[in-house]
Amino acid sequence: MQLTQRAKHVDRHPMTWIERLYFWNILKGMLITLRHLFKRKATINFPEQKRSFSSVFRGLHVLNRDEEGRERCTACGLCAVACPAEAITMEAAERLPGEEHLYREEKYAAKYEINMLRCIFCGLCEEACPKDAIYLSQTFAPSNYSRKGFIYKKEDMLIPNPLTEPEAYKKALGDRPVKVISKV
Amino acid sequence: MSEQKFFKVTIDNITTEVEPGTTILQAARKIGGDIVPPAMCYYSTLKDSGGKCRTCLVKVAQGSAADPRPVPKLVASCRTAVMDGMVVENITNQQVLEARDGVVEFLLINHPLDCPVCDQAGECNLQDLSYGHGDDKSRFEFVKRTFEPEDIGPHIQLHMNRCIMCYRCTYVADQLTEERLHGVLDRGDRSRISTYISKAIDNDFSGNMIDVCPVGALTDKTFRFKNRVWFTRPMDAHRECSKCAGKVHLWMRGDEVFRVTGRKDQWGEVHDWICNECRYDKKKVSDWIIEGPAKMSRHSVISVNKYYGLKKPKDFLPEVMGGRDPKMLMNIHDVSGVNDPDIDLSAINGPATSKTFEKKDS
Repeated sequence: MQLTQRAKHVDRHPMTWIERLYFWNILKGMLITLRHLFKRKATINFPEQKRSFSSVFRGLHVLNRDEEGRERCTACGLCAVACPAEAITMEAAERLPGEEHLYREEKYAAKYEINMLRCIFCGLCEEACPKDAIYLSQTFAPSNYSRKGFIYKKEDMLIPNPLTEPEAYKKALGDRPVKVISKV
Repeated sequence: MSEQKFFKVTIDNITTEVEPGTTILQAARKIGGDIVPPAMCYYSTLKDSGGKCRTCLVKVAQGSAADPRPVPKLVASCRTAVMDGMVVENITNQQVLEARDGVVEFLLINHPLDCPVCDQAGECNLQDLSYGHGDDKSRFEFVKRTFEPEDIGPHIQLHMNRCIMCYRCTYVADQLTEERLHGVLDRGDRSRISTYISKAIDNDFSGNMIDVCPVGALTDKTFRFKNRVWFTRPMDAHRECSKCAGKVHLWMRGDEVFRVTGRKDQWGEVHDWICNECRYDKKKVSDWIIEGPAKMSRHSVISVNKYYGLKKPKDFLPEVMGGRDPKMLMNIHDVSGVNDPDIDLSAINGPATSKTFEKKDS
């Protein structure tokens, strides 16, 4: 009994001697191989060549600075509470007098860590951030031999200072526009 | 004994009977649910509070059974006593909702939107209120009112910019402490909470000002910037205290007590005031008898990322391995600086600074 129309009938007749030479089948296979020689390669020479990412690609996190080079993050914890993988942890501290050039607000993240083994690169932290302090860049987390190398600290993710290293800052920022957030 | 007379009152088509002298707000709270008007200044356990913020405005559609005319203007439900046969409209009246949106907009005019920095965020009445009412953007295009920061003592941090002038803290000082050292100075939009002659507010029970403050104007200095409220775990706890009931919420991270507050009921009100000793000086688990996790509203951000009723599975590995513990692949403290076992944040009497973390590095 036939249940569906999709069943394929298999021809099981004994092969003739011409068929047993496999001449035609070998030729068919060679033709497929030959055709692929003239096709565009699916691979690239990775370290030298790099693929361009889509502008909405969500890769490694970057902790942003404002136009004066101060850290934007105020350790409000919204990224950590939005994180479905619970990868983000932080500890806040109060800005001391004399540290105004380092931190934008009176509270800042003294410790900020993302466990890249946990992170699923969903970008919810970027969406939750009220200060435009974290965004996902267009690179991915490099591989590492040990688990220890995947706990990314604040220093690993901070964008270069636009005042002291403007070139590196521009490169890290990519085509992302600089958002101006009014200070309250 | 004469029979107690009850007043029949209808709030949003729900009829209930309350004692004479009950306010509309209290009657609504007796019914409960969505029909309860929000309140920013009224506090049931503080005498004479209420009537200032106007968020609890309701429409009285029928004054009483004897005089069924409606009250021409919206009334503050926290200060208006019910009459027999009164008909009140709260969420069923568009005029009330629009008025409340306006009140919220006015409250937010001078309120800085620094919730990412504010320690009250997550348990702030104004935050909840402004999420529920009014526009999501401001029409106010002028410079907000700001004040010079004022030091009012070692325990309480005053952020005058955030204050909405509810007067709750002055009632706490009047009714709970021996002497009121602060009050409202100046008038109009320049009015401010201050001690005038820089005095430290440190009399006993003054810490309750922190609990009654509906915004982040008065916050606990010993908890300042330590953690966000939704990452700490509230626990019901008590201790023998000669001055107060000793019934508190401990806000903990692991075995660290970050903050001690009074227990708030479903309306965010504290009934058992706690003394300053319990609040500021008892920051160890051994000081307290912990009853268990505190029940928080499911809709509160405080209840996120918390797993209640979790049963720890039996650790069978040591048993299988003949008493030996399995080899740890990585101790997180070797790489991570967060929650460092050497730095006890709960032991610091104030916010952590860069110096707190420097000590470890050197």
